[in-house]
Amino acid sequence: MSRAAIFRKISAATAALKIKAPRPEYDASITHSTPKLAGSNLLEIFSRNLAEVNGRTLLSVAELVEFLTKNGQLRGYCDPLLYERIGAPLAAAGLTVETTYEPARYDDYQFGITRASGAIAESGTLILDDEHTSRRLAALSPWVHVALLDRAAIHRTISDALAALGNSPNIIWVTGPSKTADVEGILIEGVHGPGEQIALVL
Amino acid sequence: MFGTQLIDDYARQIADEKQASVLNGSAAGTEKRYQVLHQDYAQPDELRHLAGSIKDHTLHHLGDYLTQAENSLTQRGVHVHFAETDEDARQTILTILRQHQVSRLTKSKSMAAEEIHLNPFLIENGVECLESDLGEFIIQLDDDIPSHIVKPIIHKNRRGIANSFLREGVAEDYNDDPQTITRRARIFLRKKYMDAQACITGANFLCADSGRLVIVTNEGNSRFGMAPAPLHIALVGIEKLIPSEADLAVFLNLLGRSATGQQLTVYTEFINGPRSANQPDGPEHMHVVFLDNGRSSVLASNCREILRCIRCGACQNVCPIYRQASGHAYRSPYGGPIGAVLSPLLFGDRFPEFADLPKASTLCGACHEVCPVNIPIPDLLLRLRDKAKREAVPSPAAIPMAPFALLATSPNLWRSAMSMSKAMNHLPLDVAPIKPLQDWLGQRTLPPSKGGDFRKWMKTRRKPQH
Repeated sequence: MSRAAIFRKISAATAALKIKAPRPEYDASITHSTPKLAGSNLLEIFSRNLAEVNGRTLLSVAELVEFLTKNGQLRGYCDPLLYERIGAPLAAAGLTVETTYEPARYDDYQFGITRASGAIAESGTLILDDEHTSRRLAALSPWVHVALLDRAAIHRTISDALAALGNSPNIIWVTGPSKTADVEGILIEGVHGPGEQIALVL
Repeated sequence: MFGTQLIDDYARQIADEKQASVLNGSAAGTEKRYQVLHQDYAQPDELRHLAGSIKDHTLHHLGDYLTQAENSLTQRGVHVHFAETDEDARQTILTILRQHQVSRLTKSKSMAAEEIHLNPFLIENGVECLESDLGEFIIQLDDDIPSHIVKPIIHKNRRGIANSFLREGVAEDYNDDPQTITRRARIFLRKKYMDAQACITGANFLCADSGRLVIVTNEGNSRFGMAPAPLHIALVGIEKLIPSEADLAVFLNLLGRSATGQQLTVYTEFINGPRSANQPDGPEHMHVVFLDNGRSSVLASNCREILRCIRCGACQNVCPIYRQASGHAYRSPYGGPIGAVLSPLLFGDRFPEFADLPKASTLCGACHEVCPVNIPIPDLLLRLRDKAKREAVPSPAAIPMAPFALLATSPNLWRSAMSMSKAMNHLPLDVAPIKPLQDWLGQRTLPPSKGGDFRKWMKTRRKPQH
């Protein structure tokens, strides 16, 4: 049995150690980046850091309509729970909004609107989890992902967000659009996931 | 007479274009890392040292943390397996795939999977196994091997990639614009994700307290691979453990900055179970395979600090030998300073085969300075050189030291050798028909000998007056 053999070898190796390193005590503030946290308003800090990784913050549905229309992203998905607040106004502005996501048509959705469970100001990160995100794919396959963020759910630091991870079996932190620099170190956005990452704060 | 190291041999025949790619890519990586760490932290070294001591603590109590992680995962419905060897790991994964009747899957980047040569094994056994990280995908198209831990195609350029896409039918025409290359891969791989029956990943960290597996990618490939797939298998080296989720604040802040000069990698995914009941996407079944494959032996060795490694590639970027020779010169999935320590240790009974790697270093110490977990790599290289000497591993590159020992222990002989050594300056060494000498001089310029000058100076020097 591999399990028993591995544990036996580990025990033998660690039992032979003369000194075992104690667990270091440290204050989480050692991990905080002061320049990244400059400012007093969490939304402002979050937006600045999100902009630094080429994401954007929009503050009204009207701004979202303008952005999508200007970029020709006219068809997409909206979490049914958000339809009234966001989907309906988009539809009224002439965009096509579906509240069901059909995986077989993954390339038809140019935008996807889902809920974020929180955010991190220090890094401009959006937090998505299985309970709040209606469909993982809808937040991933469209070129534009719009995450509705409640401004009260913005954590100040990465360590604060870790302390509040919660119980979802699947959580993902999203810090800007999907990207790569695999080809000659040149930055390209929108590799497998969204090329535009938007935080919508109403 | 002089011999040459295998790494020297490799560096000598490397194509100019490849060498330029590696040099540019690694130098840019070092520069970005430095800027970002020092811009964001007043004392980045404090964080590196802390990370190293958390890892040391975990490794020194590995049995306890591994048990805790196993329990955390099992309680959340994750199937946990242990693989003592590479063969055990391959068979375990194949068995799980057969139980779920999987014939096609996508795989996100995993050094552990490279280490156990998982891909070719699965393909031999009839499972279509597609790499989904852009760089690894290109490696797979070319039947090549990655040459860097985080930038697997650092040795390639856009022209080669465009040709591969055309040759393998990913594209219908030649186009070497990096944006076009990326879009073409996006379209090609999406079909594969949606069609796959499983997703295999590695893990960057595993938190013992919650069982949370942490996977970071910039492209979103592991997220996309897992979203439509009913089965997720994670291959996790036993050294990936950290005590708690809180410790991730230290490691995530260091990993992105050290690897790619980012504060955080774009996607940081925390997984400790199959998808939630209310979530339509994501695996219904999750398996974690803990891989030993020599790690417990490394833990028992005097080089156990290398198990702290979080695979950021910063030591590769900064290493003068790596930059000239490329990762391929190290004959293992792990190139550069990390590989020079890890390969001789990890592949246990193959130590003699890799015993030359620790000698391929100038011991300049740059790898230690940039390491996010403060691994004293130069010390470990010396310990491995010592091990090779003790175990009498033959070294073709070693310069025979017996004549030197004779000279150095006899003052008279030494004196005459010194005065004769000036004659060397007049010898046409560069055209001497001695092949090993030519190989050696091909990479080096000897300073002119000044034999005996110091002794003369000492003789005429007056004692200082007190």
